[in-house]
Amino acid sequence: MTVTSRASDPPPAHPPGPPPTRPPTRPSSRPSVDAAGLGRRRAAVLVAPALVLVTAFLVVPAVWTVYLGATDYRLTGIQAANPQFVGLENFREALVDPDFRNSLWLTVLFVLGSAIIGQTVAGFALAWTLRGVPKLVRSGIEMLVLLAWILPSSIVAFLWVAYLSGDGGTLNTLLHTPGTEWLLEHPMASIIVFNTWRGTAFSMLLFSAALGAVPPSQLESARLAGAGTFAQLRDVVLPHIRGHVLTNTLLISLWTFNDFSPYLLTAGGPNHASETLPVFIYNKALYGGQLGYGSAISFIMLVINLVIALFYVRLLRERR
Amino acid sequence: MSTSVKTSVGEPATTPATAPRKRPTRAPARTRSVVRHLALVAFLAVVVAFWALPMLWLVTAPFDAHPGLDVSWPDWTLDNFRKLSENPYAFSSLKNSVYLAGGTMLGVTVLAALAAYSLSRVRIPGRNGILYGLLLLSSIVTGTAAMVPIFQLMFQLNLIDDRSGVVLVLTGGLLPAAIFILKDFMDATPKSYEESARVFGARPTQVLRHVVMPIVRPGLATIAVWALVNVWSDFLTAYILLRDPAKIPAGVVMYTFYSEGGQANLPLISAFSLVYALPVVALYLFVNRRYGFRFHGGIKS
Repeated sequence: MTVTSRASDPPPAHPPGPPPTRPPTRPSSRPSVDAAGLGRRRAAVLVAPALVLVTAFLVVPAVWTVYLGATDYRLTGIQAANPQFVGLENFREALVDPDFRNSLWLTVLFVLGSAIIGQTVAGFALAWTLRGVPKLVRSGIEMLVLLAWILPSSIVAFLWVAYLSGDGGTLNTLLHTPGTEWLLEHPMASIIVFNTWRGTAFSMLLFSAALGAVPPSQLESARLAGAGTFAQLRDVVLPHIRGHVLTNTLLISLWTFNDFSPYLLTAGGPNHASETLPVFIYNKALYGGQLGYGSAISFIMLVINLVIALFYVRLLRERR
Repeated sequence: MSTSVKTSVGEPATTPATAPRKRPTRAPARTRSVVRHLALVAFLAVVVAFWALPMLWLVTAPFDAHPGLDVSWPDWTLDNFRKLSENPYAFSSLKNSVYLAGGTMLGVTVLAALAAYSLSRVRIPGRNGILYGLLLLSSIVTGTAAMVPIFQLMFQLNLIDDRSGVVLVLTGGLLPAAIFILKDFMDATPKSYEESARVFGARPTQVLRHVVMPIVRPGLATIAVWALVNVWSDFLTAYILLRDPAKIPAGVVMYTFYSEGGQANLPLISAFSLVYALPVVALYLFVNRRYGFRFHGGIKS
């Protein structure tokens, strides 16, 4: 969730990898390998604490899901004290578990609806239209959209619970639909709209930056040649921002896939109707106590994350 | 046909030949631009309504003597904040949030800076592998995907219901991305300052403190703010790792305020959400004024 990351090209005097032969400018006692004179050993000592924490709290848990997912571990009972190795039993169970398949399908809907369609379209539409708008209006709208993105999730969740409430919520007043419990009657639609509202800021920022890189002269000549807005977008803008579209899609899909805030709105209910995978894992493993089964589902999530991340890393390398 | 030839060639007093063809298209063009302008205004109005309407409650309800779930012109009062100050968990939860956010921010910034600097300047064996692994880890092992093993790990380490444990988990989770961003930042800063400092006999620690630190301060600030906002808003990690109501942070208390059965205490909830949101809004305004919320150049993680 980087807000600012400056990836300016390194100055030509200092290419990213040191050249194989350095000019012998420094007659120091030892062949120094770095600018600060740290030396490899001290550098390793400085890197170590970070790596220890990352290993303990990211690598170990990731590996542990593989082991836990192959057991019938439970939070309480006999299996808590003495878990049995069950091999692929949890995965076999998942395949026939209607709740899991339902959850997987809802997650696909959630990512497609709120990230790939909702946030991308809204983010691009905002970035495109706000270019030609007076600066004050532009920064006001950007601030609104950004606030929705950075406010703590439990606050925005409650704001939407209030907004969508059937007991005097603002939306019902506006639409003249008194008493409609949106979160109970249309839970998936509600969390999809909510997440579009919540996350569009990132796509907006990214597309604004991308559109800034489209040469205005090309847009101008397209317009003079009589190209409509759609033709301009397709023939001039899209070729320039294709990479950004892909980056944006991968990142917001990954984040939306791992988003836990549906839990704060509906807790997965009513009756599993909005139980996306993260909520499913929470309800099964930590609320229901089936740690082994929950770990197997977590492992599936990690594999999906890995696939998305590999695409993303490959994309980054190609663009460098 | 002959007349048209005649006018175009022989009579300069009338408008040029192109004009009669241009005029019929101009009027629709003007209406089209009006329509386009109206469409733009309508679109922006919808945008403002969509984003502002859910947020308005946060501005009106805290100051309303009888807040409901809807947005209405408040019956002005500050009484809700007095009620808030009487709630035993509201204040302690904010203190806990400060502890978690401050501790994590410190840990992430310091450890990421040290690691990123070393990785940027020194060719540690396996450097590229480490960086590649960090980049992958930061996107794969998320708090949601790893909540079960993390809970299990903390349970085994006897760190359930321990705030320092939450700080450790959050620090570990944010470090990879922080290292990656900071390394990028440090790669972009010239090495010549450090080299000249060393020529004048500065020791590595002096170089770090007096030469490197001031140069990379904006990068450190970015990471610090990013970590702060992340932890301040965190819900899940604290929710699964802390049990004692006296230890849970504001994000979790907020949830328990409205998810517990019975009538929601709206005066309390509204005042609390505003107090809990204000630091983020203040940080936003500060960052926006100082640096602007823009992506610079290429976009990474």
